[in-house]
Amino acid sequence: MSKILGISAFYHDSAATMLIDGKIIAAAQEERFTRKKHDSGYPFNAIEFVLKYSKLNLNEVDQIIFFEKPFLKFERLLETFVAFAPRGFKQFCRAMPVWLKEKLFQKKYILNELKRHEKNFKDQSKIFFSDHHLSHAASAFFPSPFEEAVILTADGVGEWATTTVAIGRGNKLDVKKEILFPHSLGLLYSAFTYYTGFKVNSGEYKLMGLAPYGNPIYKEKVKKLIDIKDDGSFKLDQKYFNYATGLTMTNDNFHNLFGQKPRNAQDENITQFHMDIAASIQEVTEEIMIKLARSIRNEYNINNLCLAGGVALNCVANGKILKEKIFDNIWIQPAAGDAGGSLGAALALWHIENNNERIVNSNDDMKGSYLGTEFNQEQIEKELISIGAKFETFEYADLINNTSEYLSNEKAIGWFQGRMEFGPRALGARSILGDPRSDKMQKNLNLKVKYRESFRPFAPSVLREDLSKWFDMDVDSPYMLLVANINLDKKN
Amino acid sequence: MDFLREFWDFLKLRKKFWLLPILLFLLIFGGLIILTQGSAVGPFIYTIF
Repeated sequence: MSKILGISAFYHDSAATMLIDGKIIAAAQEERFTRKKHDSGYPFNAIEFVLKYSKLNLNEVDQIIFFEKPFLKFERLLETFVAFAPRGFKQFCRAMPVWLKEKLFQKKYILNELKRHEKNFKDQSKIFFSDHHLSHAASAFFPSPFEEAVILTADGVGEWATTTVAIGRGNKLDVKKEILFPHSLGLLYSAFTYYTGFKVNSGEYKLMGLAPYGNPIYKEKVKKLIDIKDDGSFKLDQKYFNYATGLTMTNDNFHNLFGQKPRNAQDENITQFHMDIAASIQEVTEEIMIKLARSIRNEYNINNLCLAGGVALNCVANGKILKEKIFDNIWIQPAAGDAGGSLGAALALWHIENNNERIVNSNDDMKGSYLGTEFNQEQIEKELISIGAKFETFEYADLINNTSEYLSNEKAIGWFQGRMEFGPRALGARSILGDPRSDKMQKNLNLKVKYRESFRPFAPSVLREDLSKWFDMDVDSPYMLLVANINLDKKN
Repeated sequence: MDFLREFWDFLKLRKKFWLLPILLFLLIFGGLIILTQGSAVGPFIYTIF
C-alpha cells in the first residue's frame, strides 16, 4: 500500500489530503477545525484528521508533498523587486524578514511541524514539493471523468504562473503554456474586490454575487487596464496597479480612471456605482475565460475541458463557457482554490512522479467531494447532551416529512449529514436549507441566519430529471460550480 | 547545510546565479539584525559601523 499525504498551507486555505494507492481517502480544510475562515496556518488539525480517518500514523506515510515550491516563489519576489526597484522597497522590507526567518526554510519548518504529529518522525527524504499550477492542473484532471482533456488553471499567482494550459492524457500532464506574474486574471479580479471594499483573497465571491445587480457600464474602462488578445492571453497595464510593489491592490491612476477612491467597508455603503463596477469586471472576466477556452479548443482539438485555480470558482463565468458550447464536456475541481492544491500535489506525485496507472471513473473520483469528517448518531447525541441542547430524534421518514413541512412554511433548516464537503461549497452535507420559491428567503437567510450582506446568493438543488424544466441547462452540476439562467416560464 | 545544497541546486537548475549576491547580502544583514536584537554580540557589531 502506498500512502501519500498532500499539504497546502501558508498562503490561504490550508488543507490536507490522504491518498492510498491513488484513491482519495480523506481531505479537509484547516478552517473547518479552527473556525478561522481561509486559515492559512500549518494544517495541523486537517492532517490529524486525514491520518486518523485513514487509520495511519505519520511514520506509516510513504510520501508527503507540499503543493508549491518556496524557492521559486522567493525567486519571483527577488526578481520583482529588482525589476521595479526602487519602487516597492517598503513591501520588500516587510516581506523579507518572514522569508529569511521561515518561508525560505520551509522544508525544515514543515519537518518540525510534522514532528508535532509524531515525535520520532525525521525522514526528510519523504518530503516533496510540487508546482502550484501543476497541483491545480492535477487536481482538475486526475479525478475527472476524462481519459484526455485540456486543463485550464487560473488564479492570483502561484510561483510565477497565474494562468496555465496543460494537456492531460492517461497518467500524464503536459503544461503547454503559461501567463506569468504580474499579469494575472485572479489579481485583476482581486483588485476590483479591493476597490469595492471587500477583502482580497476571500471577498471575490461577494463581488461575483454583487455583479447581477449592476450594469456593465464601466466595461470599456476596465479594458483600459488590460490588453486582451484574440486567444485570450492578456497583459495588465501595471501603471494602474500597486500589488507588485505596494501594500494595496490599486493606485491613484486606477482610482482616477473610475472616479472614486476604494470603498471603505467600515463607513461606506455599497452603491449602484459598486454594483456597476462588479458587473463590468465580471463581464470582462467572462470574456477572457471564453476567449481562452475557445482558443485552446481550436488549438488542441480536444473535447473535454478541466478547470481549477481560484478563478474556476467563478461559477458565473464557468456557466458562460458551458453555454457557449465550446467543449463537449466540462469538469471543474470542487476544491478549485488552494485547498485543492493538497489533493492535486498528491495526485501529481502518484501518477506523474511515481508513474502509476490512472483508471478513469466515468462519474469522477471525488466521491461527491464528501471527503471530510463524519459523526455517527451516538457521537452527535453525546455532543448535544454535553452542551445541554434540547433535541428530538426522528425516524428517517418523519425527518424528511417534518423538514419538508418546515421548509414550505419558510423556515430555515440546518442540515448535517454524512461526511463534510471538501472545497468552499456547502453541498448538502453541512448546509442551510430554505425554500427557493419564497421571495423573502434569500434576504432572511443572509441577514438573520448568516449575518451577511443581503445580496449574497444561494444555490438551488433540483432533481436531475427536472433540471431542464427549471433551468437553461442540461448537464450535471453536482458541485455548485455552474450558473445557468432560470427558464422564463418559471420566473415570477 | 542541506538548505545551502538545495538552494545551490536550485540556482544551477534555474540558471539564476545573479540572485546569489542579493541573497548573500540579505542573509548577512538579516543575520546581523537578528544577532543584534538584545544579544551580547550587539556592542561589537555596533562598533564596526
